[in-house]
Amino acid sequence: MDYFLLSIVTFIPAISALILLVVARGNDAAAALVAKRFALFATGVTFFVSLFIIAQFEPENTGFQMVEEAEWIMGLKYKLGIDGISVLFVILTTFMMPIVVWASWGIEVRVKEYMIAFLLLETLMLGVFMALDLVLFYLFFEAGLIPMFLIIGIWGGANRVYASFKFFLYTLLGSVLMLIAMVVMYAEAGTTDIESLMLHQFAFDDFNLFGFQILGGTQTLLFLAFFASFAVKMPMWPVHTWLPDAHVQAPTAGSVVLAAILLKMGGYGFLRFSLPMFPVGSYIMTDFILWLSVIAIVYTSLVALVQSDMKKLIAYSSVAHMGYVTIGIFAANQQGIDGAIFQMLSHGFISGALFLCVGVIYDRMHTREIEAYGGLVNRMPAYALIFMFFTMANVGLPGTSGFVGEFLTLVGIFKVNTWIALLATSGVVLSAAYALWLYRRVMMGDLIKEALRTIQDMSLRERAVFAPLVFMTLLLGVYPVLALDLIGPSVQSLIDNYNSALSIAGIDGNTIIASH
Amino acid sequence: MIQNDLNLILPEILLSLFAMLALLFGVYRGQDKKTATLTLATAGLMLIVGMWMILGGSSSEAAFNNMFISDAFSRYAKALILLSSAAVLIMSLGYMLRHDLGRFEYPILIIFSVVGMMFMVSANDLMVLYLGLELQSLALYVVASIRRESLKSTEAGMKYFVLGALSSGLLLYGASLIYGYSGSTNFQSIIISLDSGSVSLGLMFGMILLVAGLAFKISAVPFHMWTPDVYEGSPTPVTAFLSTAPKIAAMALFARVVYDAFYVLISDWQQVVALMSVLSMFVGAIAAIGQTNIKRLMAYSSIAHMGYAMIGLASGTLLGLQAMLVYMAIYLAMNIGTFAFIMSMERDGQPVTDIGSLSQLGVKQPGRALAMLVLLFSLAGVPPLVGFFGKLYVLRAAYDAGLIWLAVMGVLASVIGAYYYLRLVYLMYFGEKKDLSLDVVKSPILSGFAATAAVVMVIGIINLFGIEAAASLAASSLIN
Repeated sequence: MDYFLLSIVTFIPAISALILLVVARGNDAAAALVAKRFALFATGVTFFVSLFIIAQFEPENTGFQMVEEAEWIMGLKYKLGIDGISVLFVILTTFMMPIVVWASWGIEVRVKEYMIAFLLLETLMLGVFMALDLVLFYLFFEAGLIPMFLIIGIWGGANRVYASFKFFLYTLLGSVLMLIAMVVMYAEAGTTDIESLMLHQFAFDDFNLFGFQILGGTQTLLFLAFFASFAVKMPMWPVHTWLPDAHVQAPTAGSVVLAAILLKMGGYGFLRFSLPMFPVGSYIMTDFILWLSVIAIVYTSLVALVQSDMKKLIAYSSVAHMGYVTIGIFAANQQGIDGAIFQMLSHGFISGALFLCVGVIYDRMHTREIEAYGGLVNRMPAYALIFMFFTMANVGLPGTSGFVGEFLTLVGIFKVNTWIALLATSGVVLSAAYALWLYRRVMMGDLIKEALRTIQDMSLRERAVFAPLVFMTLLLGVYPVLALDLIGPSVQSLIDNYNSALSIAGIDGNTIIASH
Repeated sequence: MIQNDLNLILPEILLSLFAMLALLFGVYRGQDKKTATLTLATAGLMLIVGMWMILGGSSSEAAFNNMFISDAFSRYAKALILLSSAAVLIMSLGYMLRHDLGRFEYPILIIFSVVGMMFMVSANDLMVLYLGLELQSLALYVVASIRRESLKSTEAGMKYFVLGALSSGLLLYGASLIYGYSGSTNFQSIIISLDSGSVSLGLMFGMILLVAGLAFKISAVPFHMWTPDVYEGSPTPVTAFLSTAPKIAAMALFARVVYDAFYVLISDWQQVVALMSVLSMFVGAIAAIGQTNIKRLMAYSSIAHMGYAMIGLASGTLLGLQAMLVYMAIYLAMNIGTFAFIMSMERDGQPVTDIGSLSQLGVKQPGRALAMLVLLFSLAGVPPLVGFFGKLYVLRAAYDAGLIWLAVMGVLASVIGAYYYLRLVYLMYFGEKKDLSLDVVKSPILSGFAATAAVVMVIGIINLFGIEAAASLAASSLIN
């Protein structure tokens, strides 16, 4: 069993989607309910089976585990495996999907297709985190665009056409450059196996291109090509503009998947490819990325302050929080990277939950305008409590997982670059400002809006959807070691390899860091 | 001796004999009433001969004083030509009968054209090259205007003829220059005269004119002007045929000319082919954006696809040739499926080609829309569908040959190109509602072809149906 465990987990959703496509008939409410139940069952089973992965995972082993390998076309390989960096993303995905499906109980049009799209998306996302072949990774990474394009386009809001095209073409443009880089890597290293590529040292001699001196040579160019893709996916400032549009127009479940899982692919990509494969390129570009991240944190937090649409506000807050992730990754020390991974997990739960919160009132009032609400606490106490909890988690209140992630990344960066740390910390204050102000405008005060007089509090189903998210946010907040123990050894070895690659290249990471 | 020669062209002889007998049979017995029988018999024969080509092994033999060559490369191309022609014939039968086009000449002209193509891909001499090219073109001119009473169809045939004649003239002029400067029309003799190191300006001119003539046939920019009009004007089955088999034949011929006869001049033709490739990809991608007629759109799409196939050609390596062959096979499969879908686009019994009529197809006919969705994403080259692997192949070939700029251009054009494929998806799945919608065409054959092609696009990623090995065998038989 354990040899095929990863494939089984990856393809359960896809096979379920196929069954749904072929077997399910009818367009009435009964058929829709069957589709919903089946999808919930399938994602539930996937989550259950994925628990075996974590049970068998050995944290001390820093190599890839549960590796499966088979020959494929063009000299490529079908190869899956996980290590400490990817294991938690796999669990995050399988954990979030049943919640997403359950939260979509209110979907009424083309339910079967909706569930098929989400099931396929789950397979593709899991594949991204497990793939150990360059082209296989690209396949999963890009293929996710197709179901997401349809999810935004078919079940999205009023301006969905624009948002779906922008989402697709923007991300495609980002990643085709990565494809070229992959072709180059294949030709240079003679393999697409990620494990072997990590051991391969790509050339880093400076050369001259069209009159520009390229420091770090090939490595820098490859790094930039990958960066183009991951930066769009993260998204980093200034290529983040597709995200607010996509979030606002996507249906609630689409937003949750986008925020909780799809955005993590960028960060994961940096950890899987950029740092280990192009250490010199990464090192040269570190300052550039740190400054972009800190601009993202401050700028998008300020932009979030003035939003009138709740989803847009949370979308901008996501961009800001992803800024901490890139800062942590490129701090390239234990706390920084541990923190970045932790922050991605925690952001998965928190931002997912916040989008679900917006979904709860959107389902009732069909508007996301902050102006349209006010004083909801009077009619919806349970909702107010949940929303409060996740607002605080988003701000990074100690005791919630949000705090741990931000704190660790800030500690990591403080060791490397004090100025960045100082400016990034200001983002914590700003996030408190926009999050609390949002809460004040939506929840507090008297209930004076006529339309809100009869609004109902959350149903049992809605409460149940939030329960696991609250649990995880608290658990990781008070006992972060649970996750950090899994991540730690792999991160440690990643950093060791990074530093030794730099010293081979004649760059002594520590001395340069000290001079900052 | 002559017996060996005849043995080698037995497939072509068989097809020609069959065509002439069918013509007699059609004229004296039954006429248009026998169209269905004749079409199916033709398709059956093509399938059999196609299988024969597939099982042909790797031997390489020449006949008729080295004018005609039968090697793995030619058999690969012939197999693709025959199988795709058979597929198009079977697909189009229902359409032809429904729309009053059931003439018995149609399958016969198609066979003649196919025989011409088979000579093209086996040509080892400028004369055979020209004979084959003209045989296939003349048959196609007629087929394009088979709907005599339609102004558009006759216009398409006329336009195709005039521009085709122009390209033949260019090609012939090039051939005569080559003959004049190298002293022979045979490829081997041309290679010998090139190897002797005396590359005269006249020979260079001849080669460029030859390349220009061939570029007409594969509709590479800037020789693409006829394509949208002819695609639009011809009856849809003819368009389907035009976009498949002749493209393979012309591309294979192109490959043989530049890789075999003129390989020494690689530094000269490489830049020409690379430039045409870039132009084709961008013109194909950009000009398609504004199209509302799906046949015109497919014309630009095929121009763009020829651009990608030419990346493989431009790289001038074994891998590049293999990439081109794989790309063409994938292109064929996608186009056959897409045209099966287009042939089933009807409203009130009349064929429609306006893309607006696709609106909300995803709700009304989910199965058909899903098949088209898969094909469109594959045409756009989005992973994980097979179309992506075609692109990956040529990109890799380009990098290996040091043409990384060409690879970068290719991926940029593919992003632009993705837009118009997405637009069709948008119309089918979330376009605004319109009263006009497509009929439910009860044609198991057309649905079957579209669905099969879609399934092939998905499960083909497992091993590409072994096309890789065949292409590599074919490529290495041309470069030795």
